[in-house]
Amino acid sequence: MSLPHLADPAGRYRTMRLIRSFEELALEWVRSGLVVGGTHPYIGQEAVAVGVCAALDPADQLTSTHRGHGHVLAKGADPGRLLAELLGRVGGLNGGRGGSMHAADFSLGILGANGIVGAGAPIAVGSAWAARRRGEPTVVASFFGDGALNQGVLLEALNLASIWRAPAVFVCENNGYATTLPAASAVGGSACGRAAAFGIPAETVDGMDVEAVRAAAGRAVERARAGGGPSFLECLTYRFEAHHTMERRFRLSYRTAEEVASWRERDPLATGLPTGRMAEIDREVAELLSAAAEFALASAEPDPATANDHLYASGLRPRSGAAL
Amino acid sequence: MTLLSYAKAMNRALADALEADPAVCVFGEDVGAGLAGLTLGLQQRFGAERVVDVPLSEQAFTSAGIGAALNGMRPVIELQIPSLLFLVFEQLANQAHKFSLMTGGQARVPLTVVVPGSGSRSGWAGQHSDHPYGLFAHVGIKTLAPATPTDAYGLLSSAILDDDPVVLFAPAGALGVREDVTAPLVPIPLGTARTVRPGSDVTVVAVGHLVHQAVAVAEELAGEVSVEVLDPRTLYPLDRAALVESLNRTGRLVVADDSNRFAGFAAEVLAVAAEECRLLAPPRRVTRPDGAVLPFALALDRALQPREDQLRDAIRAVLK
Repeated sequence: MSLPHLADPAGRYRTMRLIRSFEELALEWVRSGLVVGGTHPYIGQEAVAVGVCAALDPADQLTSTHRGHGHVLAKGADPGRLLAELLGRVGGLNGGRGGSMHAADFSLGILGANGIVGAGAPIAVGSAWAARRRGEPTVVASFFGDGALNQGVLLEALNLASIWRAPAVFVCENNGYATTLPAASAVGGSACGRAAAFGIPAETVDGMDVEAVRAAAGRAVERARAGGGPSFLECLTYRFEAHHTMERRFRLSYRTAEEVASWRERDPLATGLPTGRMAEIDREVAELLSAAAEFALASAEPDPATANDHLYASGLRPRSGAAL
Repeated sequence: MTLLSYAKAMNRALADALEADPAVCVFGEDVGAGLAGLTLGLQQRFGAERVVDVPLSEQAFTSAGIGAALNGMRPVIELQIPSLLFLVFEQLANQAHKFSLMTGGQARVPLTVVVPGSGSRSGWAGQHSDHPYGLFAHVGIKTLAPATPTDAYGLLSSAILDDDPVVLFAPAGALGVREDVTAPLVPIPLGTARTVRPGSDVTVVAVGHLVHQAVAVAEELAGEVSVEVLDPRTLYPLDRAALVESLNRTGRLVVADDSNRFAGFAAEVLAVAAEECRLLAPPRRVTRPDGAVLPFALALDRALQPREDQLRDAIRAVLK
């Protein structure tokens, strides 16, 4: 019972195109000032989110990163509601309370993007542990970047997952840079070596090839579902755009134009589908996105009187900052 | 007469919660052996899948507790020393506490963190003797400091039933307290203070083990002054109604708070009094010094903690 929208190559292409077009629109909205605070563009990494989610079932879960739009859309979140979230509108996935870095849809198993690098991995392990304890077949995929490889909590999480044989799939999106720091000068040893040290099967895959990612993720998910414990995938990928939309303000030059161009030649959206079919899907996605944008823009701004809503799940209402 | 110890009360609260709800589970170091006293016998009774011995990786197992909570469990995390809270401040302040709001109410994190032995334990020195409840109250995490076995049982039970993250500080100085318990032990609502001793001249707000010190001083001064001792029990949310009611009767305030003075819990109590009450005299605080780090030598350790003579002096000062 895999995710129906990712069941065939056309569906996987459609979702990658949706992520790409969504991100392009988000960039446009950041530049025009519609989106306040900016975003971390996922453009270039689409094959990782789509390839991994293609191996998941609807009831499976994921934890995501500050660069999370791709994961959230690949798992099936509504693009209109994600756009509304970027705008901080009440129709957003989180009612405008989370924004780009915290987008979540618990009804789809999306346990949230996370603004702290590496923080999602132990949360994924705990959720996977809980599911297994209840005898549910849920698998939890945890996405993180190469920067997270140097967070202690990620290594603690790998160890816990290993000793608990948690049904978790750790997905390292190695895009070569932790903001501006090259992985080559930040990661001692190798990504897979870290997982292997904890007894977790690990493999490196071409993160620009959606089918390669799907195949590897499929093996990992199958192992987890069968009680074989966690797996680790290092997906070699690249972000075509800046780390964050603020970056262009400073005209940073930590990557050469040649390097960016050479990765752009390996665009994950060049899937080999017939050109006519791709053009047809592109049109469908453009229509879908235009309706999504319309929904988001029509959604209301939240009432300032509700700024403290949801702070406590128990309903506790604390003092307002100004009242006596 | 049945004398119930503080540690046994917490142990019983955990056992009752594990018994009542299969979603309750415990993560902690040495919880199987029950090294801290809190979990004695529980792994044998409920199994290693529910009372889970974890490796020394506080950040990951606290976050795993969050993940389990997001997926329907009610985990209790045991941290054996209060300073470990500094390691997991990211997990509690930045993840657990923020999930409900950031997701627009989609998520709840019913996670309880228990520190069985907070504050000075005599001879445990700088990194084992903090009492950092103010940090958690400041962030907005529900923060408890029960003083008695009955309250330890009642507040721990309520913490586990609560849909939000809660941190419970069991003060080391209260762990030796035993109580003659005749009434059945029941959950105590969070955010409710207890008037430990009624009085009419001055309100002493005392936290945790200092409640017992405050009662002793009040008894000693009984011929001279009528001291009301108020135990907030829940530091956040604070029972402001009970505090204001007491202060409006007595008009005088002393706070006994075994944590650092600057921006500490006592400062908040004073602020509430200043904003909402008409005091007859400037209030006093008996606290650790600003930025305190407890030194090892016993005489130095004690020198930084609130003492009965300081409390006595403070009560006399607000009566002038």
